[in-house]
Amino acid sequence: MTMTTSATATTVASATPTPAPAPPPTGSSAIDVTGLSKSYGDKVVLDGIDLHIPEGTIFALLGPNGAGKTTTVQILSTLIPADAGQARLAGHDLVREAEAVRAAIGVTGQFAAVDNLLTARENLLLMADLLHLPRREGRRRAADLLRRFELTEAAEKPVSTFSGGMRRKLDLAMTLVGTPRIIFLDEPTTGLDPRSRRTMWEIIRALVADGVTLFLTTQYLEEADQLADRIAVLDHGKLVAEGTPEELKRLIPGSHIRLRFADADALESAAAFFGSPAYDTEALTLQIPGDGGVPGLRAVLDGLERASIEAEALTVHTPDLDDVFLTLTGQPQRSGESLNSWRDNSQKNDTQKDNSRKDNAR
Amino acid sequence: MSAMTYAARDSLTMLRRNLKHALRYPSMTVTVVAMPLVMLLLFTYVFGGALGTGIGGTPTGGGAYIDYVAPGIILMAATSGALSTAISVCSDMTEGIVNRFRTMSISRAAFLTGHVAGSVIQTLVSITLVVGVALLMGFRPSATPVDWIATAGLLTLLVVALTWLAAAMGLVAKNVETASNMPMPLTFLPFLGSAIVPPESMPTGLRWFAEYQPFTPVIETLRGLLMGTGIGNSGPIAIAWCLGLTLVGYLWARAAFNRGIKR
Repeated sequence: MTMTTSATATTVASATPTPAPAPPPTGSSAIDVTGLSKSYGDKVVLDGIDLHIPEGTIFALLGPNGAGKTTTVQILSTLIPADAGQARLAGHDLVREAEAVRAAIGVTGQFAAVDNLLTARENLLLMADLLHLPRREGRRRAADLLRRFELTEAAEKPVSTFSGGMRRKLDLAMTLVGTPRIIFLDEPTTGLDPRSRRTMWEIIRALVADGVTLFLTTQYLEEADQLADRIAVLDHGKLVAEGTPEELKRLIPGSHIRLRFADADALESAAAFFGSPAYDTEALTLQIPGDGGVPGLRAVLDGLERASIEAEALTVHTPDLDDVFLTLTGQPQRSGESLNSWRDNSQKNDTQKDNSRKDNAR
Repeated sequence: MSAMTYAARDSLTMLRRNLKHALRYPSMTVTVVAMPLVMLLLFTYVFGGALGTGIGGTPTGGGAYIDYVAPGIILMAATSGALSTAISVCSDMTEGIVNRFRTMSISRAAFLTGHVAGSVIQTLVSITLVVGVALLMGFRPSATPVDWIATAGLLTLLVVALTWLAAAMGLVAKNVETASNMPMPLTFLPFLGSAIVPPESMPTGLRWFAEYQPFTPVIETLRGLLMGTGIGNSGPIAIAWCLGLTLVGYLWARAAFNRGIKR
């Protein structure tokens, strides 16, 4: 019997009975928020949000349009005041020590915050000047960032000529001139083509390796799944769920183990053994529902061994964040057909995330 | 470094940014300078003959009409600068970069101070150009060097006042189109004063308005300094108007900027 993909192994590994949190427990919080609320007139945008984000982790705030993601970022980055609630960022009170908070954070917004009339290098130097860096240091950092973000060739061109992807890269580079400890990324890849999105993801992962805390908002479930250590789902101003991507996926039913067999005989004896769950005589596969955890998998493997049935392949399927998201935010779940398309994706994702986490642990 | 030093340094950084914008995209600057130049040519060569005769013995002592109108046109150069300030502040506010500035640990006032300082410099340059062209066209002021310095001082005060007002307008305007319309009254007011013709020739109601609106004492003071006509009490009134408008413009702009983010 063979395991089909390494993704399968990943899923199994991260579904241990006591799931180890991906980030190393540091004990100190980068962002601590209690009871954050905000209304515009009658419209309640945020209704008592609590967040605790450890240092050096990626936190993703996920929600549909209008859920309050951008408002949360605007409040936490000192742009607008909250109506109620407390927040501490990097140990500083958001209201009483706003200047200290501003010195610790960097913000890359939904709409690229770059000066279109200046060149890329001038934009970076502008940041260096506003951060009161010495001239030479500012020039060195600008050159470093241009190189790191592969913008050196375009460095002397006005930003108005840049593509969306280059603009976002420059935007993030400008945020990094000040070496902030907490970075807010408000929908960093919205409107980017898939290739630019992947580049942004790589850059974002590399940031956390430096010990920076990332607060990410996104409406792309794949993005949260790929990047985040913890995800909170925001809907109508309330947090409706929080946890690791795997924990969230296990919140909804749909996990199952799928076995493929060499012939119909093996399939049928297995189906009989496991109490005839759903099976497909054409594809020669058998689905056994479970929580996606290791004990369930072990039981299936033990069962096969005891019954002396040879399975050709085994895959563990956990529901995609799409399912979680749509269920939690009260929107209709997608049909079974379309679920197949993301499965391939989610397996790839898991592999990549595993690699990135290994990087982080280093 | 102290907070004040940081504020000054941040303002300088912002000023450099705005001057860079102006140099790199000079179309706005050119328009702003061209408007008063066209006015000068128009009022001297097209209307000048008729208006000069109509005014008769001009208050400047029977000299050419250009000697009467040049100080008025110089004033228009100052108001025309206000237009570009409102537009550039407003279009800057629609860019995401202002929100970036707000989330950085930099002096809150620096953004506005940089804009205002940049616009004041631009407008003063354009005024200098207008004065130069007027001199070439036969404007013959009788001013002493001290008068010239006083003229420059008063014009600077006026430009600072108008620029702060225009900056506030640019901040409260919903979009660039509105921002370009809001300072229109400022550019129009000199006509309803003594810029082009003496108010004595106007109907009673308009004459009353012309005498008490802020630009008339400024024009009369300029004319007095440059051409040696009587200033009377126009000087202190002009300075008081400039300082008062600066204060109003500054407080308005600061409140508008602190009110929060524009989306």
